[in-house]
Amino acid sequence: MYIIESGNVAAAFGVKLAETAVIAAYPITPQTPVTEKLSELVDSGEMNAQYIPVESEHSALAVCIAASSTGSRTFTATSANGLLYMAEQLHWAAGARLPIVMCVVNRGIGAPWTVWNDHQDSISQRDAGWIQLYACDHQQIIDTVIKAYRLAETVSIPVMVCYDGYILSHTYMPFELPDVDTVRKFLPPYAPEYFLDPACPKNLNTVTLPDIRPDVRGDTAPGYMEIRHNLHTDMRRSLDVIIDIEKEFYDTFGRGGHPFIEPYRVNDADYVAVCMGSLSYHLRDVIDKLRNEGIAVGVAGLRVYRPFPDKAIADAFSHKKGLIVFEKALSYGNQGALFADIKAALYAKTDRPFVRNYILGLGGREIKTCELADALRDSCKPSSATTDRPEWIGLKM
Amino acid sequence: MTAKTTVLNLTEEEFVHPGNRACSGCGLSIIYRIALKALGRDTILVVPPSCLTVLQGLYPIAATQLPCLNVTFASTAAAATGVLGALRAQGREKTTVAAWAGDGGTSDIGLQALSGACERGENFIFFCYDNEAYMNTGVQRSGTTPRHVLTTTTPITGKPQKKKDVPAIMAAHGLDYIATASPSYPIDLYDKAKKAKTFTGPRYLHIHTPCPAGWGFSPELSVKIGRIAVETGLFDLYEIENGHFRLTGQSAKMLGKKRVPVKTYFKTQTRFKALTDAHIEEIQQEVDEKWEKYENADHPS
Repeated sequence: MYIIESGNVAAAFGVKLAETAVIAAYPITPQTPVTEKLSELVDSGEMNAQYIPVESEHSALAVCIAASSTGSRTFTATSANGLLYMAEQLHWAAGARLPIVMCVVNRGIGAPWTVWNDHQDSISQRDAGWIQLYACDHQQIIDTVIKAYRLAETVSIPVMVCYDGYILSHTYMPFELPDVDTVRKFLPPYAPEYFLDPACPKNLNTVTLPDIRPDVRGDTAPGYMEIRHNLHTDMRRSLDVIIDIEKEFYDTFGRGGHPFIEPYRVNDADYVAVCMGSLSYHLRDVIDKLRNEGIAVGVAGLRVYRPFPDKAIADAFSHKKGLIVFEKALSYGNQGALFADIKAALYAKTDRPFVRNYILGLGGREIKTCELADALRDSCKPSSATTDRPEWIGLKM
Repeated sequence: MTAKTTVLNLTEEEFVHPGNRACSGCGLSIIYRIALKALGRDTILVVPPSCLTVLQGLYPIAATQLPCLNVTFASTAAAATGVLGALRAQGREKTTVAAWAGDGGTSDIGLQALSGACERGENFIFFCYDNEAYMNTGVQRSGTTPRHVLTTTTPITGKPQKKKDVPAIMAAHGLDYIATASPSYPIDLYDKAKKAKTFTGPRYLHIHTPCPAGWGFSPELSVKIGRIAVETGLFDLYEIENGHFRLTGQSAKMLGKKRVPVKTYFKTQTRFKALTDAHIEEIQQEVDEKWEKYENADHPS
């Protein structure tokens, strides 16, 4: 069934279809309609879940951490400063290996205050040990929420589903509402191996020492460093799991099929624009325009940022002439984080494209089609070279 | 509560193993042992970083026989909320959820989450073991460190501010059951923990917890020092049940009687070295005024 709704409501319906048991959230613009919709679904009895209106984002994730540790499927959503207020809990959730799913409705971070979209919030949390998935439209938001639970529960790692504030969260688009029974087959009930249970008491997240120690039976248990290595190994393993889940989702629902990179006119392109979120769909119009001008350019929307699909990127782009990375975030004093990651992914290839970096749209600065076209016209030339520092689009100074 | 609790009819089942990692003379180790007996086996514990984290042991060995979730410092009451949410979702509501935080984890960094959870009416028992400073990190001052006390962050002239009255803050949230207790009166503590279990909604127990290392006294004196704190009227044993205040146990027995001078308590611990005679006189007056109110109340006990 197709419906016309906002991106935030698409996310809420994804959470409902996933039959999430415990939801905790604290309001922050532009995330609020997700939690409003979920509280309405729970209050009306349409959804059988515990909705807990907590007093902070730190507590929202605390509730998810504890409910997940007690054996229930959980959800929260936030944006910007709310995500940063959770920062300690983000690491805790990942370290405790809890399959929490959280929507991050991307927004710029204060100070100074902004409520508008960029990606600095989620990108700044890239090293927290969470899987980060980015959606480009409403259909991808609802589908990604469902896939995120399957992924999180398969690899025991929490997942952020990121989508652009306002551009996606508050606009209305038609999208297909997946069928409940089909979702139930795709996403079996959450059945954790360990959870808090007086019948089988366990002390979770206790203090570790720098070295390994034997347990009461004399068997060696992993230490902090081994536990961290396991997280990293399972993060890398999740790249394969993402491929499998995407294939099964495509076979079941007939949508998707691009686990890491969503390409548009990339196959025969010499140059490829790379970005995350709704911008990749915006760029499709620009690509069509430039193709008419005879510039062989395509656009690739990156769906997964952590774990970084470096091999998929190197395989897809190493034979191209140039990559142009558009980013709504910046590692201050260096360059765009995605730009640096893409260069690193290509480093082992002897025949690699030049890579350029544009920073744009910070704090919701309007991204004009003509500016994107100019940047690509300027970059898509055989004479272009890899730059060390980003250029800025739309900067008025 | 039918039969009167005595040391002879306390449940024999132990939930805290001997040989745990508490310091010798630790007041918390007494409280924890007694209160867990009252809570019973069908209990899930929530613990932020504190002395209790250490007491319970280092991975992969645990000293407690109940399931326990270690959580971040500020999140204790919110985490207890999450455990309760999952238990409701799974139809496991019979299980008791008990949060155990130190004074810093309750009155300072944990207060926002605790206030939020109490306002929401979450169905847990929150235990604050108050050793009156950040002991686990090395005796830094907290919101419940009393005035003039020496800590590593009030090292010379002592803490200038008064102790924060956390049970009063909890009372302002309209909780149905609030109580104070002390390891020196274990039966009083046991009965209060048992009674707390008979209520639903948020319940709060504030337990005065002598700490030899942080307070500066010899470990064998822990119980004695806890007792003097009560006998001087500095720390009072009471309950606030459905809004009604009542002194209990030793504190109730002291009504109408002469109390031990506060000076006796201050002399037992090195943390009070910065107290002058004028300070002691001032504190004695405050205690006397507090007790005059108890004496004049309609039903103080």
